[in-house]
Amino acid sequence: MQRYSVFALVRQAMGWHQGWERAWRSPEPQAAYDAVIVGGGGHGLATAYYLAKNHGMRRVAVLEKGWIGGGNTGRNTTIIRSNYLQDPSAAIYEKARSLYETLSQDLNYNVMFSPRGVMMLAQTQHEVRGYRRTAQANALQGVATEFIGPARVKELCPIIHVSGPRYPVLGALWQPRGGTARHDAVAWSYARGASDLGVDIIQNCAVTGIDVEGGRVTGVQTTRGPIRCGKLGVVVAGHSGVLAGMAGFRLPIESTALQALVSEPIKPCMDVVVMANTVHGYMSQSDKGEMVIGGGADGRNDYTQRGSFSHVEETLRALIETFPMLSRLKMLRWWGGIVDMTGDRSPIISKAPVEGMFLNCGWGTGGFKAIPGSGWAMAELMAKGHSPLASAFGLERFREGRFVDESVAAGVAH
Amino acid sequence: MLRLTCPCCGVEADESELTQGGAAHLRREGPGSDEAAFEAYLFLRDNPKGPHLERWRHSYGCGKWFIAARDTVTMQVFGTYPAQGSGPPPDIAARMGGRA
Repeated sequence: MQRYSVFALVRQAMGWHQGWERAWRSPEPQAAYDAVIVGGGGHGLATAYYLAKNHGMRRVAVLEKGWIGGGNTGRNTTIIRSNYLQDPSAAIYEKARSLYETLSQDLNYNVMFSPRGVMMLAQTQHEVRGYRRTAQANALQGVATEFIGPARVKELCPIIHVSGPRYPVLGALWQPRGGTARHDAVAWSYARGASDLGVDIIQNCAVTGIDVEGGRVTGVQTTRGPIRCGKLGVVVAGHSGVLAGMAGFRLPIESTALQALVSEPIKPCMDVVVMANTVHGYMSQSDKGEMVIGGGADGRNDYTQRGSFSHVEETLRALIETFPMLSRLKMLRWWGGIVDMTGDRSPIISKAPVEGMFLNCGWGTGGFKAIPGSGWAMAELMAKGHSPLASAFGLERFREGRFVDESVAAGVAH
Repeated sequence: MLRLTCPCCGVEADESELTQGGAAHLRREGPGSDEAAFEAYLFLRDNPKGPHLERWRHSYGCGKWFIAARDTVTMQVFGTYPAQGSGPPPDIAARMGGRA
């Protein structure tokens, strides 16, 4: 692999930048692999990378029906935080956040991780109590967060209107080590790292069937021919139910649309991430100056990758109350992604009912922040059959009533 | 915007006038059922990519629950019908083309 550095940049500049090699190989699919990962988003690529790096598996393929990072990995609002209430959530999200801190160095690829701080606004008394509780829980979990008052909120983010009549800011849960990263770069860096370790990344290859013999996965049917595999990892977010259907079981997941939009670029005015969960609005400013805005999930079952007008209108109406200066901004782009929602708003990293098949799904509206931790845990689960980070997120928790309940913790889908 | 006609009051309502209530025609399990049956009732869903039967409530209208047959990919609405009964009426089932 050609390493990226300032010296490489200078060297390539001498040759008019004609000498750069492709970041990852695009080989033809082989007939068989030890492990096949379905889904070339951040989670799938991270899983493949850690399978190769941490567990020495080299005959691994990632099958992507479209292009790398073209699904939810390229559609989210890039927020990274780990201020969850429950211990298992805090463990895996904090693992992910800490891996993000050194990801650029580990993968020799600038993912533009920016620990600018994330604040979750408390705009009702209910939220104040909830976030104080979360801050206490985080202290016990070793996650650095604190509950801050409105004056500190205004100091950190001067464009917030803290004393509005309808959505007053009563405080915030502040995680200074949270932030953002460039989402495309996260997918590309894992693809490049995995490819360098021998993983085959196969794009434009949709899985059309899963071969099961005697209760055990033997391979997949794809648009580029059948591929046999020893282990199958399904990491397809919104389409998890479709893949589960191919293997003959159902999941505790419903797919809905989640929307986001960006404004025209403006001068720097906000150097933190603000999440307003009461009104389902999340906002940060990109390096280009665009205000990146995320909304709430639509609720109804949806595979269209477009959201409803009424939801985005609700989000913007409420955000304008909190950020009055937004009211004159034009929006440049508006899109949706299909999120996989579980009943307790926690993910599923689990063995499937079919032997040899593993699931990593149910991240719902908050998967981007978890990519490194999710891949780490999924790889360990696939390689060893058990992962301490993933043990609370098994599929059986719904039957056994052992939820990792984050829906109550935040009061919203997140 | 998604518009559904409430079969109870006849109003064609915008999505913002309605509340969605998840998959329709679930079999409610009672005491004495085993864990697998409860899991299926409470959590497991078909979540289809295509025609879907789903519950809606006309919350800012007549307040009644009804069921809509809608395609989750094309957003085509095949029809709506009252919440009583165990499946779509024949005309709606025909429009869905037996795909649900």
